[in-house]
Amino acid sequence: MRYLPLTPSDRSAMLATIGAGSLDDLFVDVPAEARLAGLVPGLPLHASEMAVDRHMSALAAKNVDAGSVPFFLGAGAYRHHVPASVDHLIQRGEFLTSYTPYQPEIAQGTLQVLFEFQTQVARLFGTDIANASMYDGSTACWEAVAMAGRVTKRSRAVLCRGLHPHYVATIRTMAQFTGDTVDCRNPRLEPLPDIAGVIDAIDGETSCVVVQYPDILGRVTDLAPIAGAAHAMGALLIVVVTEPVALGMLEAPGNLGADIVVGEGQSLGVGLQFGGPYLGLFGCNEKFVRQMPGRLCGETVDADGKRGFVLTLSTREQHIRREKATSNICTNSGLCALAFSIHMTLLGGEGLARLARLNHARAQAAAARLAQVPGVRVLNETFFNEFTLVLPRDAGAVVEKLAERYVLGGVPLARLYPGVSELGTGLLVTATETTSLEDIEALAIALQEVLA
Amino acid sequence: MSAVNPSGWRPKQGAAAPGQPSETASGDRGLSLEEPLIFELAAPGDFGAKCGVDFDEPDTDPSPSLARFLRKAPPALPGLTEPETVRHYTRLSRQNYAIDLGPFPLGSCTMKHNPRLNEKMARLPGFADIHPLQPHATVRGAYEAMAQLADWLTRLTGMATVALTPKAGAHGELCGLLCIRAAQVAKGDARSVVLVPESAHGTNPATAAFAGYRVENIPATADGRVDLAALKARLGPDVAGVMITNPNTCGLFEREMKAISDAVHAAGGYVYCDGANFNAIVGKVRPGDLGIDAMHINLHKTFSTPHGGGGPGSGPVVLSAALAPFAPLPFVTRQADGSVRLIEEADAPADHPQTFGRMCAFHGQMGMYTRALTYILSHGADGLRQVAEDAVLNANYVLRSLDDVLDAPFAASGPCMHEALFSDAGLAEGFTTLDIAKGLIDEGFHPMTVYFPLVVHGAMLVEPTETESKAGLDRFIASMRSLAARAKTGDELLKSAPHFAPRRRLDETQAARRPVLAWRGDVAASD
Repeated sequence: MRYLPLTPSDRSAMLATIGAGSLDDLFVDVPAEARLAGLVPGLPLHASEMAVDRHMSALAAKNVDAGSVPFFLGAGAYRHHVPASVDHLIQRGEFLTSYTPYQPEIAQGTLQVLFEFQTQVARLFGTDIANASMYDGSTACWEAVAMAGRVTKRSRAVLCRGLHPHYVATIRTMAQFTGDTVDCRNPRLEPLPDIAGVIDAIDGETSCVVVQYPDILGRVTDLAPIAGAAHAMGALLIVVVTEPVALGMLEAPGNLGADIVVGEGQSLGVGLQFGGPYLGLFGCNEKFVRQMPGRLCGETVDADGKRGFVLTLSTREQHIRREKATSNICTNSGLCALAFSIHMTLLGGEGLARLARLNHARAQAAAARLAQVPGVRVLNETFFNEFTLVLPRDAGAVVEKLAERYVLGGVPLARLYPGVSELGTGLLVTATETTSLEDIEALAIALQEVLA
Repeated sequence: MSAVNPSGWRPKQGAAAPGQPSETASGDRGLSLEEPLIFELAAPGDFGAKCGVDFDEPDTDPSPSLARFLRKAPPALPGLTEPETVRHYTRLSRQNYAIDLGPFPLGSCTMKHNPRLNEKMARLPGFADIHPLQPHATVRGAYEAMAQLADWLTRLTGMATVALTPKAGAHGELCGLLCIRAAQVAKGDARSVVLVPESAHGTNPATAAFAGYRVENIPATADGRVDLAALKARLGPDVAGVMITNPNTCGLFEREMKAISDAVHAAGGYVYCDGANFNAIVGKVRPGDLGIDAMHINLHKTFSTPHGGGGPGSGPVVLSAALAPFAPLPFVTRQADGSVRLIEEADAPADHPQTFGRMCAFHGQMGMYTRALTYILSHGADGLRQVAEDAVLNANYVLRSLDDVLDAPFAASGPCMHEALFSDAGLAEGFTTLDIAKGLIDEGFHPMTVYFPLVVHGAMLVEPTETESKAGLDRFIASMRSLAARAKTGDELLKSAPHFAPRRRLDETQAARRPVLAWRGDVAASD
């Protein structure tokens, strides 16, 4: 077995040192009736690299990968070009195979990266501080709702209609068990987000208002009036960013009154990966730091006065506080945070702005071309790189037909809102810097054929 | 000018031999390289001067409807070219210890070798470059990979089914408790208390509290195991269940696990098992045979997906038949004809109606599923059993090679499982577990888990895993014996260790008292 260094003679010598007669003697505490006499039945034996490669490659070949076809899916997971150096660097064994930096003297590499990452996220979001990452955007969003409850001592969360329905579902699941009430309704096929409805829903019991920016239909919400209304009632504004590239163009939520900004960082460095692992981003106002979930890295000095970094404020965390912790989170998304940070370093703020403009330009080109397809209408008044088409019939069936033509044409809203008939004609279409004008033309032609 | 080390520190290590330099102008010493922050590497005041990515020029101006939402200036983030970026992160990487460099014997963390085939397979475009909401017909291979992993996990554990989506161990714990809660609510029997042994991982009580339960401790016996009589005495109609780690964090198998399960079941509760230590028993014992109702499996422990400096993890939860109906969405299931279905919200009312809901967006950690499946297929049923045996053998070898020089509180209870536990008893006055740990750093090893479990004073929990060769263990043991001797004889140099690492002991008190969580060099300069 290529991964197991002990030889039979090693094992014999070690058993002799231990004073045990056999390997089974070491399992003497396992009651005999629970000990398997032989191998777990019905499972194959070990296999060579070549054989496993063949097996896995055959499975992978059954999937249509995004790079092989015109591709227009988004809805919280975006396909961007990741520079080659990112994946090379995250595979440095010193990053890939290290652990949570509990021994800072020999983990300064990871810790400095986390400090740089926290700074990048905070500046991107316009918040004072950011943590060292969460599992993904949806769990970061739930953690923000829970944190708002701790800060305000209230338990009613108002979610905007345009919040990603998986995020809503995650919040609803968790709320069942904490007694929070959640106010949320489905979006409507309208050109602008429903700001008045959100403001009307805020009351004196409201802990937080959660607004996605841009929202699930791709529309950009004016945050300032919601921030004003939330703060007037003593509630926090949580802004959710599922596409961080958008912040290369759009004003940072922290500069528009958001108290907590969370997001999905997958767009930068991480890739699609069928939905995970992804990267939860979490930034907030500094005065809330002791209510934050997750790991924080801070600057300090060592015994020689040399600058160094450590995990800090861990008295909030489960390994110290146990049942009184701010969250049960332990593992975060360290390697994805590294990938995000490297990609962001390659871009810089100016590069991110250029990337954002290019995304927006491709989406404008796509919207303009697809609007020419007979019967198709672009819903949005505003969008960044994602917009909603209203089709003359059920979008789910259309997407299946497009896939038969090897065009992955978008996310039908029915996939996100099953059974909500008034959204059934909605198709969410995303274009990024990876989308070519030829791809757009291919989608327009295929869509016209399918709708004909 | 971006100083190599803004604190002004320059390396100095003992008295220089006559004619030899003691300091360098750069701050570096040979291959010991200092590295500034990216914010200090970029041109001051001109973060946009450089970029490591080339773009097409956008062919249109932003839509006028977006004008009022545009930011006034790009985010104040530095850009670097590719060579500068590669050098920055490569230099930083060299300040990290890693399993690729040597033993990483963190107890309960299972730092084993991460096979590179796993990385290669996870990067196949058919896995890495697919979107979670693609039409089902275009991702059949992905569903099949998920189902194959699910088949292995349920067979290896003897459980009815598995919820794949939890994103890490603690998320898996939450999944298990939410299943328990949903099952009891469905029976009209909601309960309020979860029992957790004192030796449990901190995530266990944190999770139970997060799920709305009151946490009560279960005492341990003198031999380091759950006190069955005390547990039985506490069971009652308010107890939703127990969370037990088996093998436990003292490195011991809970011999009476089946009796514990039977008692909990008889009282209407469920048994959650923390599967962090599954590496000790994979292929040897099936938790399903012990009456377990739910157990998370850290794919980043037993099944070798890389820890990556603190994640991403993956924590699928195997479930008993009693809890299977409540598993979260999406839920992967194999049909009678062998095909695989992903049950999402659309199909749940008909096909998985009792689910407690969704725990995260999309389908969980696919990138970890492919790595874990690759690892599992590489090892096979025989290799996985050998993994457990070698992991346990290595831990017992460490235990018996050190129990004459370090206090091993449970050594008399028999063999340990995959980790060996020591205490600080017998060290010289003023010498602690921390000193041994920091001494290990100077010896070129990553320290073991320290001060955990809490039930042992100054705990040192050593988990060598099956990855270590006998020669590697012998080197580690020799270093530990040397350190034990130094701590017993009161070698003051040990108290200031490490001396040879990229940093000496760091001031954690200052870090917490005056938190500096982001770089603000340019803000201060402009004030």
